[in-house]
Amino acid sequence: MQFSERRKRVGSRPQAELYGQPLQFYGQPPLENISLTEFETFAVDRLKLLKTVENVGVSYLKGSPQYVKKLVAESKNLNFPYRLEANDDRKCQSGLSEPDKRRKDHISHFILRLAYCQTEDLRRWFIQQEVDLFRYRFNDLSPKQKLEFLHRNNLQYDTIGIEEKKALKDKLLNSSPGVSGITVEDQDFYKVPFQDALDLVRTRKVYLKAGYVYIPHQEIVTIVLNDFRTRLSKALALTARSLPAVHSDERLQPLLNHLSHAYVGQDYSIQKNVGKISLEQIDSLSGKSYPLCMRHLHQALRENHHLRHGGRMQYGLFLKGIGLSLEQALQFWRSEFIRGKVDADKFDKAYAYSIRHMFGKEGKRTDYTPYNCMKVILSNPPSQGDYHGCPFRHSDPELLKQKLQFYKVSPSGINQILELVKGMHYQLACQKYFELTHNIEDTTFSLNHPNQYFLESQKVFGGGRDLKREMDATQKAKENSVVKASNVKQELPTNGPENVAEMEDLDSIFQEP
Amino acid sequence: MPLSDYDPASLPDLLPLYYRRLFPFSQYYRWLNYGGVQKNYFQNREFSFTLKDDIYVRYQSFSSQIELEKEMQKMNPYKIDIGAIYSHRPNQHNTVKSGSFQALEKELVFDIDMTDYDDVRSCCSAADICSKCWTLMTIAIRILDRALREDFGFKHLLWVYSGRRGVHCWVCDEAARKLTVAARSAVAEYLSLIKGGEETMKKVVLMDPIHPFIRASLAVVNKYFLRYALQDQDILGQKESVEKVLALTELQQHFLNEKKPEKRWEMVLDQASRKRKEIMLQYCYPRLDVNVSKGVNHLLKSPFSVHPKTGRISVPIDIGNLDAFDPFAVPTISLDRPMEAEDEENAEETKENDKDAADRRKIRGDEV
Repeated sequence: MQFSERRKRVGSRPQAELYGQPLQFYGQPPLENISLTEFETFAVDRLKLLKTVENVGVSYLKGSPQYVKKLVAESKNLNFPYRLEANDDRKCQSGLSEPDKRRKDHISHFILRLAYCQTEDLRRWFIQQEVDLFRYRFNDLSPKQKLEFLHRNNLQYDTIGIEEKKALKDKLLNSSPGVSGITVEDQDFYKVPFQDALDLVRTRKVYLKAGYVYIPHQEIVTIVLNDFRTRLSKALALTARSLPAVHSDERLQPLLNHLSHAYVGQDYSIQKNVGKISLEQIDSLSGKSYPLCMRHLHQALRENHHLRHGGRMQYGLFLKGIGLSLEQALQFWRSEFIRGKVDADKFDKAYAYSIRHMFGKEGKRTDYTPYNCMKVILSNPPSQGDYHGCPFRHSDPELLKQKLQFYKVSPSGINQILELVKGMHYQLACQKYFELTHNIEDTTFSLNHPNQYFLESQKVFGGGRDLKREMDATQKAKENSVVKASNVKQELPTNGPENVAEMEDLDSIFQEP
Repeated sequence: MPLSDYDPASLPDLLPLYYRRLFPFSQYYRWLNYGGVQKNYFQNREFSFTLKDDIYVRYQSFSSQIELEKEMQKMNPYKIDIGAIYSHRPNQHNTVKSGSFQALEKELVFDIDMTDYDDVRSCCSAADICSKCWTLMTIAIRILDRALREDFGFKHLLWVYSGRRGVHCWVCDEAARKLTVAARSAVAEYLSLIKGGEETMKKVVLMDPIHPFIRASLAVVNKYFLRYALQDQDILGQKESVEKVLALTELQQHFLNEKKPEKRWEMVLDQASRKRKEIMLQYCYPRLDVNVSKGVNHLLKSPFSVHPKTGRISVPIDIGNLDAFDPFAVPTISLDRPMEAEDEENAEETKENDKDAADRRKIRGDEV
């Protein structure tokens, strides 16, 4: 009874009205029936889009022309709304009309909520990408559309009066890039608690007084985003609670699980290659097959007989990933540390715990995975006394140059690398370093993990044949499980064979983005 | 108090006395109970103890001041750390379903450690401090205290000497205690100007226009810079340190790329304005351990606990009389007397007293 009523209501609302706005806050879930095929393609497409958002965010400055260009291209490609100001119903060449694209955007967002509400890690990733996507879209709106959006979604923020503006004029000028003396007077400044505009506080792009920030109108996107983030975060927590009901649907469960596993890609935590490397090999491997970040940490460790926490984590997990067993790792760290200021007793008390912790033998027993490039580049930047981080991101160009010279990289090669660093393409710079040190013209992979660097290098030198086989085997095992999941779906009548292909496709996309 | 007067081996004898006679339990409890406004605020707070031989006990919690006293007098911890307020009693964390035991609130804390200044001080290194480099801590406190009060609007700040080589700040306002991890890291980053590790020479880069926060911080540095950097540290007197400063100007490097005299002169002029500020900040601006501030569940050494290596007590620092604070004059555990910092003039006398006190303590120790 209720069901038919709901359907009627949706039916009576034409799509043009439902999707009249170029951008939405995702306040209402979609209420229509869709086929499983559509469910799947929508979800996969949005995942691809979010994956692009993530990748583009590392390679380019957010909001820069190249960044926007890439996102426009990908949105267009995947049939998502992209040119938001063009508010027309004309059919595009690709087949979907604007309202249809908006519908796809709406539905796919809610499907991924289901897939990404399950763990803290998944939620964080999903929220981050959705927020970035929303920021790009909001910034793409015309000023009039922005106001309309605020109005429609009941977003109201306090502005400050003329008197206050006059009194604070100098401070506002010096703290808000892009605001000039002339515009202070006719521009609205919003006064909100600093907790609501953390991104602006973090980067000191706003005036802060007594716990309140003064945000020029052009930066209003920050407050809107904060609202968006908070709402999405709450919504995901709520979704997680109702998840058991969704999971009881055997058609959806394998699909959702697969979707949520897709984002991480290869995590190099697989323990199959344990014991393939002896401690004696490490020094020579570090010269041959280590990426610069790890080579650097290894050298610092050998020189100082010590590494601080950030370095131990980054290097220790890498070593675990290339196949050191827990016993080997303990021996490795102990033998180095006791040559410095730490005696064996202190090592066992203060450091052995954290190494066992890394291997999931202590505390909450999480089997930690080696850091990928994104994590090395973006989180926990090195400070005084630290040697971790990404040398392409965290070194002075001058020092990087010296280091590369020391490692006998050709002058022209160094210039190429420094050029990439300048453009903030740290991973590409690392890849270039790989090509130069391995005498390869064009690498066939796209580098996103220090352990991947290591494996690829071993492949080139042929020494890692054993390693490679092991990795391939686990890779196969993974694919098999995917096929299994697909088989389940194959039994369902609504699932055409092309979808199975699509899902296998998905795996390859995320392994080599 | 020279360090040599303190012998870490005597700790097991001294700690019982300290916790029985001197530790300010009632003030301590009053602080952490926050007026009892929120239910179980004290009861759900994590304490962790470091016992003899570096045995580390986490997730201690106490139902009342009396229980806290009893436990501390029983365990006689070498070091006490304070953690977060959790959703459940920390000492029962194993009985709660995993995942539901979560850190909810904690003071916003800052940890400034002199070891992080090793590249810009010449007098000492690592864990050592002297009155010359202590000025860095004074500057740090002045800058952060102003920013936390005026910019962020916090009112209840507790500055504490860590007992060895640094200072801690506990921001106790209700709003501060409720900050999320993201907000804590945003505050810490707002307050951090020094960026980069061992591979970065130039750690401060300013953009135009200079933010009011940085202007205010520069004003503080200005007051101390000449005396501290030029006289005490003599950064422009010795060859090695002069080279460091010159490298920071980046003139040589820029001149290599720029041949036009007019442009070169512009670069020199730039020194007078922006570069000068960058250098001052690199040498004097507070270096925060951001990771300590970020986490809600991060532990920090408790005020009034003993530093096991120096024997000094983590005493609060009087902001109104900051320049007079002397880390070498704080009470140490080997003193059997009320914990008030002695004036400079009394130093000699104090030393005598110490010996007496130590003797007296021994006698009493026997009686116990």
